[in-house]
Amino acid sequence: MQNKNYILQLFSCMFLMLLLVGFFQSWNLALSIFNLCIISAIMSLGINIQWGNAGIVNFGVMGFAALGGLANVIISMPPTLNAWEEGGILILSGIVTFIISIFCSIYLWKKLNIDKKKKYVITSIIIATSYFLMRYIIDIPILTIESIEPAKTGYLGGFDLPVIISWPIGGLLAALTAYAIGKIALGLRSDYLAIATLGISEIIIYVLKNEDWLSRGVKNVNGLPRPVPYEIELQSKQWVIEIAQFTNVSLPEISSIIVKLSYSFLFIIILIGILILLEIALKSPWGRMMRAIRDNEVSANAMGKNIKKRHLQVFIIGSAIIGIAGAMLTTLDGQFTPVSYQPLRFTFLVWIMVIIGGSGNNFGSIIGGFIIWFFWIQAEPIGLWLIAFITSYVSDSNLIKNHLLENAAHMRLMFMGIILLVTLRFAPKGLIPEVKR
Amino acid sequence: MDFLNGITLIANYIIIPGLTYGSQLALGALGITIIYTVLRFSNFAHGEFMSFGTMTSILLTWLFSNLGIKLGIFPTAILVLPIAILITIFYCLIIDKFVFKFYRQQKSKSVITLIVSIGVMFFSGGLIRFIIGPGDKNFFDGERFILKAKTFKALTGLNEGLAIKTTQGVTIILTILLVFLLFWFLNKTKTGKSMRAYSDNQELALLSGINPEKVVLITWIITGTLACVAGTLYGLDKSYKPFTYLHLVLPIFAAAIVGGVGNPVGAIIGGFVIAFSELFITFAYKKIFYYLLPYEIVPNGLLQILSTDYKIAVSFIILVLVLLIKPTGIYKGKVI
Amino acid sequence: MYLLSGENITCGYSSIDILSNCTIGVKRGQIASIVGPNGAGKSTAMKAIFGLLGIRKGKIFLDGEDITNLQPQERVLKGMGFVPQTNNIFPSLSVQENLEMGAFIQAKNCENMLNYIYELFPILRDKRYQQAGELSGGQRQQVAVGRALMTSPKVLMLDEPSAGVSPIVMEGIFKKIKEIANQGTAILMVEQNAKQALTISDLGFVLNQGKNLFTDTGKSLLDNKEVRQAFLGG
Repeated sequence: MQNKNYILQLFSCMFLMLLLVGFFQSWNLALSIFNLCIISAIMSLGINIQWGNAGIVNFGVMGFAALGGLANVIISMPPTLNAWEEGGILILSGIVTFIISIFCSIYLWKKLNIDKKKKYVITSIIIATSYFLMRYIIDIPILTIESIEPAKTGYLGGFDLPVIISWPIGGLLAALTAYAIGKIALGLRSDYLAIATLGISEIIIYVLKNEDWLSRGVKNVNGLPRPVPYEIELQSKQWVIEIAQFTNVSLPEISSIIVKLSYSFLFIIILIGILILLEIALKSPWGRMMRAIRDNEVSANAMGKNIKKRHLQVFIIGSAIIGIAGAMLTTLDGQFTPVSYQPLRFTFLVWIMVIIGGSGNNFGSIIGGFIIWFFWIQAEPIGLWLIAFITSYVSDSNLIKNHLLENAAHMRLMFMGIILLVTLRFAPKGLIPEVKR
Repeated sequence: MDFLNGITLIANYIIIPGLTYGSQLALGALGITIIYTVLRFSNFAHGEFMSFGTMTSILLTWLFSNLGIKLGIFPTAILVLPIAILITIFYCLIIDKFVFKFYRQQKSKSVITLIVSIGVMFFSGGLIRFIIGPGDKNFFDGERFILKAKTFKALTGLNEGLAIKTTQGVTIILTILLVFLLFWFLNKTKTGKSMRAYSDNQELALLSGINPEKVVLITWIITGTLACVAGTLYGLDKSYKPFTYLHLVLPIFAAAIVGGVGNPVGAIIGGFVIAFSELFITFAYKKIFYYLLPYEIVPNGLLQILSTDYKIAVSFIILVLVLLIKPTGIYKGKVI
Repeated sequence: MYLLSGENITCGYSSIDILSNCTIGVKRGQIASIVGPNGAGKSTAMKAIFGLLGIRKGKIFLDGEDITNLQPQERVLKGMGFVPQTNNIFPSLSVQENLEMGAFIQAKNCENMLNYIYELFPILRDKRYQQAGELSGGQRQQVAVGRALMTSPKVLMLDEPSAGVSPIVMEGIFKKIKEIANQGTAILMVEQNAKQALTISDLGFVLNQGKNLFTDTGKSLLDNKEVRQAFLGG
């Protein structure tokens, strides 16, 4: 078994750093970093089960997280009633037709016993016709819907359900997509799979950016409902006012701290839940088999293990976890902004978390998520401080000094690069290496 | 006449932009392919290498402009390109020495080196933003057009104009030149052949006395050159923003894979396939139909297969289709 | 007196000795074969003699010179050629380019050697602009041997030259090997097809479990009852 003390020390260091931020910067900042640390940790758990335990390279984090975000919109926003009347049904039926035709062509592909060229012709004809049919059905309703109060709605809206439901639904949405992607791409070898998943996640983001009828595209969906109370409500509550007086902190600040703490509470529950489930799964024969497949595909295959099926399972599970984290993130933000999904911030940063923490170890992924997110946020002040320190003897009017100070924010990318490179070089197993079970 | 107008329309909106963008993608994809075949990893940092090269060109352009050195109607960037190339090569070599060399000697799995290249991508991206800032930089100077739409209309008497931007002309000509040089090098010179031999069979290349360090050096020289030229041309044609270059890496990968990874000819074909499909699929055909068909039977709507917003997504869709149908690519390459 | 010899060599991977105290060699202008069952250490012996694998004990001599500490490339320069069992060509290079790569470190006489090899293997002249990877198994083997001959080595080492080719092609290959030897190049080879190999060999070494059991002329090994029963299938 792993050295428990060591893990405890790492986590204590992390919390100490957060406490320092609380004392020296602000408790609000410390808590918002903490909340995002938890979300990052969940995302890296998702990647870790895929990469660390099955050797699958999934660069589609961005897309799955965005699908989780979309779940927020679909679940929690009120429906735009006239949009449904004006042709929501038509759009859905158009899309369903298209999807059915794709399934038909897949079915035909498997059943038809003719030579490949003819198959290609037939399938492409079916797909092209149904695509244009779909466009014919949906083009006009889309225009109508998007013109309904475009400044406020202009989309179909959601089901007006409590937002917390969107977390499992986000996971489900991601899992369904992962199933489709897995069916397509899991046969590819590592480099190809990385590029393919990155490409597919870009396609997902493009759809979310441009299909305004679905989630308002780049106009964003603002004002998503919250699972926790609003600051304004809290400020009128007697107990909040008492705490504010007792701690001698301003009322707005204490209310926002309480809101953040409630989020932290919810997030921690989810994190621990996922962690326990993963630990159980990985200790089970199923987990052992996954690692056996990772370590030697050929012999696992020879022993009659169905590698493709296992890979698909693990790909779906990991992606669903990312979807849940994505949904939580959007809930925390209170808005759905498709433009914010960048491969750098999502895919690659999460990968750094997993590598730094230690691929194959869930605790490693969590600590990786915490550390990397902490530095991602704090790199800017650290960079500023560093440059100010180095150039402290240079006069304030110096052009180079000013240029450096101005661009210090970009030090974070360099920091991340250096951290990743140093880890890979000198501690390729990460902070908490994989346990041999 | 209507027919000629239709052709001009296609030439102006598809063929010339397609050739330009295709050239830029092809140069980028060549860089990725060469790294992949010789050093055996997918280099995600290639976009940042392109960005680095462009940044160097921009800084040198500013320097030269301040000194009052110009290249007449051509952009100053072309004049400074050789120096920028040298600096980019130097950067690539430094990165190789401190980062990639270790993993090569360790004989690491290609996926590990891929993750390493992501570290390089982060570092380079940060360095570039640190030096030049994240903002938009336009460094084009000189004459804007080789052929203006107005001149073309006056010359031919057609309704539709055909414009060729200087950057487009420069891009296409430089690409042809560079590709020609590269193929001459790879196929006709002893060093080029030894490079291909090394990428084919490392062990045997060692037995034959081919010096691996020299092959690696030349690989980075070629990659640096291609990255710097591709990046500068793209920046001249569109505009330079560090952020865009990160996103450029995926269409470039798409081009390399679509053409057939590991095959230089494939990389070039892939670049043009991606560029032209983007344009063909997102082009609004309405106007062309007006020229070619009787007015009454042209349907309503823009007659686009996909909306222009999906332009870049097209490259990913093609990538996914190719991976599905023929993972070795159009021009048979090595499977990663 | 051997032209090339590994004397009393002991070597192996990690801590296990694959080969212990073997002496193997070939004389000028002769053919020598190493035969023996699978896992006897035949290929290991070849690698050790060519310097692809470090040896723990013993010495390697070429033409009386101690070459134990030389790198494989340096041994090529001293006049050794090696054809590995697998991956022995550059598949995407043309046949001619493959041969040119063989002469990479020794550019002189390239033209002459090319002509010599095309005379030895006429089929390669016809296919010289074709990609080597597109050729048949036997033709690839010819390219591989041709590549190694480009430096006009004093001794050519072949690791299973007949692996994976049909019996007819194999016969052709053995014929060519004899021809090469007759031109004055000594040949040291490892062979699975022990009978055929010993038939053309001047000297044979029978290896089993890393030990050199018999060293004799090819003919007397073929006549040796014990060898026949144990290793040549009766």
